Amino acid sequence: MDNKLDSVIKELQEKFSEIKVSEQQVVTVPVEQLTSFMQMLKDEYYMDFLTNVTAVDYPSDKNQNGEEDDEEDKGTMEVIYNVNSITEGYTLMVKTSVARQNPKLPSMFSVWGGAHFQEREVFDLLGIIFTDHPDLKRILLDDSFKGYPLRKDFQWVGGRK
Amino acid sequence: MLETIFIDIANWIRNLLGSAGVPALWNDTVMMLVKLTAIIVFILINALWLVYMERKVAGYMQARIGPNRVGPKGLLQTTADIGKLISKEIIIPKNVDKILFLLAPVLIFVPPLTIFSVIPFGKNMMAIDLNIGLFFVFAIASLSTLIFWIGGWSSYNKYSLLGSMRVISQMVSYELPMMLALLGVIMIVGSLNLSEIILAQESAWFIISQPIAFLIFFIAAVAECNRVPFDLMEGESEIIAGPYTEYSGMGFAMFFLAEYANIMIASAMTTVLFLGGWLAPFGLTFIPSWLWFFVKMYVVIFVFMWLRWTYPRVRIDQLLGFGWKVLVPLSLANIFVTGIGMYIYRALGW
Amino acid sequence: MLRTETYTVNFGPQHPATHGVFRVMLNLDGERIVKAEPVCGYLHRGVEKLAENRTYQQVIPYTDRLDYLAAGLQNQGYVETIEKLMEIEVPDRAEYLRIITAELSRIASHVLFVGVYALDIGAFTGFLLCFRERERILDLMEELTGSRMTYSYARIGGVAADAPEGWLDRVEKVVNDLPYYFDIYDDLISGNEIFQARTKYVGYLSAESAVDYSLSGPTLRGSGIDYDLRKAKPYSIYDRFNFEVPLGENGDCFDRYFCRILEMRQSVYILQQAIEQIRETDGPIMAKVPKVLKPPKGEAYHEIESSKGILGYYVVSDGSNKPYRVHVRRPSFVNLGFLDEMCRGGLVADLVAILGSIDIVLGEVDC
Repeated sequence: MDNKLDSVIKELQEKFSEIKVSEQQVVTVPVEQLTSFMQMLKDEYYMDFLTNVTAVDYPSDKNQNGEEDDEEDKGTMEVIYNVNSITEGYTLMVKTSVARQNPKLPSMFSVWGGAHFQEREVFDLLGIIFTDHPDLKRILLDDSFKGYPLRKDFQWVGGRK
Repeated sequence: MLETIFIDIANWIRNLLGSAGVPALWNDTVMMLVKLTAIIVFILINALWLVYMERKVAGYMQARIGPNRVGPKGLLQTTADIGKLISKEIIIPKNVDKILFLLAPVLIFVPPLTIFSVIPFGKNMMAIDLNIGLFFVFAIASLSTLIFWIGGWSSYNKYSLLGSMRVISQMVSYELPMMLALLGVIMIVGSLNLSEIILAQESAWFIISQPIAFLIFFIAAVAECNRVPFDLMEGESEIIAGPYTEYSGMGFAMFFLAEYANIMIASAMTTVLFLGGWLAPFGLTFIPSWLWFFVKMYVVIFVFMWLRWTYPRVRIDQLLGFGWKVLVPLSLANIFVTGIGMYIYRALGW
Repeated sequence: MLRTETYTVNFGPQHPATHGVFRVMLNLDGERIVKAEPVCGYLHRGVEKLAENRTYQQVIPYTDRLDYLAAGLQNQGYVETIEKLMEIEVPDRAEYLRIITAELSRIASHVLFVGVYALDIGAFTGFLLCFRERERILDLMEELTGSRMTYSYARIGGVAADAPEGWLDRVEKVVNDLPYYFDIYDDLISGNEIFQARTKYVGYLSAESAVDYSLSGPTLRGSGIDYDLRKAKPYSIYDRFNFEVPLGENGDCFDRYFCRILEMRQSVYILQQAIEQIRETDGPIMAKVPKVLKPPKGEAYHEIESSKGILGYYVVSDGSNKPYRVHVRRPSFVNLGFLDEMCRGGLVADLVAILGSIDIVLGEVDC
């Protein structure tokens, strides 16, 4: 099955010159091409099942020390999509990264309906804004909650040190 | 001796009062009060005990034991429960219609208690011998619909409202086939007097000559009592407890006990109308008639419980559809067939 | 002209049919549902955040508390992800023990589903009968793990303890008894006319929208999509067992329900094979794993087929002894996404049937 995935990735690399592929077959796509890339995955490679959407916060070290706030935050947030193909049986991990200062990227809701709840969760916990999402609001936390808990600079009271 | 034990007691009291020089009118009034009190006490104790019976039956059907701690074999469990419920605070939510809210659980016991005054428990054992007994029973029984509605409406709760609306639609659509089914029986007997209906079953119970009417009546009776599979009004997984949602303490217990009183009525009516009332089957007359009546009644009650602990709940549209599309036409057909049967019967001159 | 108005009913969070603290904002027209908006988060404990401050082993007990009805599967999913990250080979015997606990958990979870679903439809007896069987499984798990619900049995690199003396025989006995109980469920619940009337052709879910909305587990298979990770992408040692993936045809509540009943029978089949094979497998139950786990920098995403659907763990390591990020792809949560569309046009009673047939666990939905 991995061979199949290899050939798919090779084909994709030809079509999208800007994508990067890691050793573990993780594809990194720039935000601008995300929608067309995903649409192609679904239409041409039978990747019809979006299993997982999540995001990770990578603040730059500078900012973590709480200094030089004025300077531009170089940190990024990675959004991770895991897409399965039911018919072909392979799985692809697609990544894209957005600037921490302005975390915005297009919603995948138009491609896979399954993105609906999961993107809401990512928005809720990490504050990444998915444009064109039909109903982007907090899902797990209270509507009046301040901050995004899964960001690394989130401060909370209590807990084990 | 045993056969007439209750009648003997009544006569003894009457003679006692008579010999004490009480005027006849007063004597009758006192006698009526005694009879009605006896019935009220009987119903209340029975309702209490039926809760215990239900829990025991449920327990055995569910591979467990049921209540067995309070009193011998757990017999005092429900008494203790009621004691607890009485001592609880009756919570009155903020926006309820206070008067109606408190009135509903009180009124809920009126219809069953009234109905029991005309039911013959044994040979010559009825508080009042009404000529329109059957009519009276169903006229009063329909009143309880209104009381559920009062409770649901005054609760100021959407679940209560939904529940009480369900009660009304359910009662309206099941009262009709119930009455239509009974028409077959009434046609054969030619009387609305309950004693006469029982006596007409001397040769054969109506369950044999009117099996379809019996089925329709029984199904409708289950629906009227709001029992599974027609317990939509409580439907705890859908609308929490329907009209009872906001009730607590004794208010809730009253509704709860009234349900059992209603079951007793339904079973008693089934017994009277289709199972030969207090008539002894197979000539087993050495067992007193009132005992027969209770045995039959409890068998029917058991069937009620059996159904409850076996079936799931139907949906409101299925319930109404079943009532109007199946039971009503079937009961009309039953009337038609009964009429033709009676005509042939007479034409043959049997 | 008569005009009716819709009204809003707050269904939950404290409601007997929501299986926990789940809330649905219902917009009703009479009893017909115009819109059903799920609101979750009442049990949110921030497991993902908590995990960032725990060592890798310390996260295992948190996974128990996600789907507390089938904790064995949750443990398995997490430890397999870390093993994938660290490239640890797990000894065979440990794999078998994991499979046995996982499948027992799956049966325990499905049995509870059958009972609770019967209760949702209004049959109380089914509910209590199913607890009888679940109890036997929980007793077995207690004997093995010391806990009845939150097992924490799987460890990174193996399992916590070997099976006690005679435990496998007792498992075998219970497993062989189970099909008899499933027959009882079929008699009492599945075969019941009213139950079928309530669940057949209710909450229709087409195969296309099931895939589109990333639904998984029996909810997806009830619509006829053959997608069981144990077969599609065999993880652990599932390729060593013979079993089938039961599918539904109509995509209604009954099919989703019945899929689970059939799945339990398949689980019994898997368990029988596993017990037979583990008897011939001796050896260690733990791989050689250092005391302090420091996985190399990197990330891993691994999914398993839990009782509710596809359970995925995404773990990022920054080289320290604590995970940089743990994300759980919870099947119950994702499966809720299509609730609104399934409910529209149905009655309030249908909502209960549909919500029950998705089989959510609030610990998992809210994470």
